[in-house]
Amino acid sequence: MTSADVLLEVRDLEVHFAVPGVTVRAVDGVTYAIDSERTLGVVGESGCGKTVTALAIMGLIPSPPGRIVGGQILYHRDGGIVDLAQLPPRGQEMRAIRGNEIAMIFQEPMTSLNPVLTIGFQIMESITLHQRMTKREAKRQAVEMLRAVGIPLPEERVDEFPHQMSGGMRQRAMIAMALSCNPVLLIADEPTTALDVTIQAQVLELMNNLRRDFHAAIQFITHDLGVVAGMADDVAVMYLGRIVEAATVRDIFHSPKHPYTQGLMKSIPSLTRSKERLVPIEGIVPDPSDAPPGCGFEPRCPERMSICRTTPPPLVATAPGHDAACWLYQPDVHLVRRTLRGWK
Amino acid sequence: MRDYGEGQGVRRSFLAYGFLALLHRVSRGRAALHKQTVLKVGLVIVLAFLLMTAIARAWPSVNGYSPILYRDGPRLGGPSLSHWMGTDQLQRDVFSRILGGGYASLIVAFAGVALSMVTGSLLGWISGYAGGWLDRVLSLAMDAIYAFPSLILAIVLVAMFGAGISPMIWAVGVVYIPTYFRVTRAESMQVRETTYIEAVRAIGASRTRIVLRHVAPNTINAIMAVSSFNLADAILTVAALSFLGFGLPPPAPDWGFDIQNGQKYLQSGSWWLITFPGLMIIALSLGFGLIGEGISDLVNPKRRRKHV
Repeated sequence: MTSADVLLEVRDLEVHFAVPGVTVRAVDGVTYAIDSERTLGVVGESGCGKTVTALAIMGLIPSPPGRIVGGQILYHRDGGIVDLAQLPPRGQEMRAIRGNEIAMIFQEPMTSLNPVLTIGFQIMESITLHQRMTKREAKRQAVEMLRAVGIPLPEERVDEFPHQMSGGMRQRAMIAMALSCNPVLLIADEPTTALDVTIQAQVLELMNNLRRDFHAAIQFITHDLGVVAGMADDVAVMYLGRIVEAATVRDIFHSPKHPYTQGLMKSIPSLTRSKERLVPIEGIVPDPSDAPPGCGFEPRCPERMSICRTTPPPLVATAPGHDAACWLYQPDVHLVRRTLRGWK
Repeated sequence: MRDYGEGQGVRRSFLAYGFLALLHRVSRGRAALHKQTVLKVGLVIVLAFLLMTAIARAWPSVNGYSPILYRDGPRLGGPSLSHWMGTDQLQRDVFSRILGGGYASLIVAFAGVALSMVTGSLLGWISGYAGGWLDRVLSLAMDAIYAFPSLILAIVLVAMFGAGISPMIWAVGVVYIPTYFRVTRAESMQVRETTYIEAVRAIGASRTRIVLRHVAPNTINAIMAVSSFNLADAILTVAALSFLGFGLPPPAPDWGFDIQNGQKYLQSGSWWLITFPGLMIIALSLGFGLIGEGISDLVNPKRRRKHV
């Protein structure tokens, strides 16, 4: 990653969900950083902890059963560095940041808007919560925001209810709501998953444009590698509650280091190479409540070694700005592996 | 034999078809009737009662006889042209007492229900949204109230506060709090889990704001439907309280009290003393019940589908 201004640093974040009898380590030592005005794509399968990480940043972990048990979320704001993991989630301070400086949009535009309130009311609410503004001013700004996200006839749409809008429109309205306070970081949790492909493309383009206009950084959570390639500057790949690889988009797609990332790349269909079979990753994701003690990917990894079974690999730099959590990239482990091969 | 059988079969199926078509039309007609008219009939009944009570309040001797001062009729006289619903043991005109006798019932039912609606809903929203120990405590308290038969509890409360209109309002108000609590708590627990509430939390709204601005409006439909049924029930409770003598003090006309007064003379054949006030109570209660039914049909798509 480039050495621009760091906006948000997540360090060794651990979030556990404790249901009687089981503790699920949903996020198990996640470390990454987002630079200001850049887009970080967080990629991973369902249940790998992408959303929980985002909710932890927002202070919205459902508690109980969820709890941040360790790590830091360092938010670099003008006045200094705040550890969001330490702030009481319902306190004044967190509420002043949430929605105002860090905003979030959700996966389901159909259910993310309150059905009994108008679109305008909901946008105005997010404005008036954080800014001193009269109702009329807030309404004017709500109309402006709707215009900015490309909703036709915003003066009329502002008084409509969510059910009068299509999915794409609602997601635009959600984006308008999230951006209405001019946040420095926008967390988008699979914002296009529920939309059909043409609308997806429009919404993605809109987000790209708005990022430029509003000078916001985006943490883009998705499982769609195509979307990541188009949207992100940097990519973090998550697997079973951990970051397994983090690099720039270019590096991730051209020289993936971690066997999991490599596996993902092999499973993308290509337009240029013909007659090539897609290679799926063998096996399934382990149950997070019963995660393997070593590397989470070990049971499925084609390059597994004995150390992988016992000890989780640390995230280390394999090249400048390219981190991977895999024993393959620990210089002294090669020796171990060679010895093992000799034994066989 | 075979031909005959087939002919029979055809005729039978034709008849069956005709019958089914008829049934279909009737049931559709009934559905249409049900959807719209139930609510309208209920509204007409209730409005008629309100109008009647208001007129009798403003002008007690609207039918020519004062419900209290007129004492010149026959003693325990049956229904006649001059006294449509007969006269009581004090030679008063029953009809004039019927006209104004719903005043206490209506006032107490509306005020009491409003009181329990506000308190119960507020507690329900809070309890359902907050969850945890607060929810446990409130639910237990509500279940404790609910465990009492409502009438017994109302009697206890009225006995504590004394007789009259405002004690009855308090009694009815307390008794029905759990009704609203249960409904709004359930709804609010459901709404709490939705994405849009998570989205509102994500814009930094406080809990108070979320409960009042986002959770509450989503429960209005349920409250509306429940409150109508509740009014019907409250009318009966008020009648029972008056019957037991906790209502308005004697000379004032009151259906519940008049039934209590009239049942002493039932054995001597004076059926009109209890029949007419009883019919009034039933009709008013039915009116509210029909409104409740109509609202439920309107706001609950599942119920609506069943009727169509």
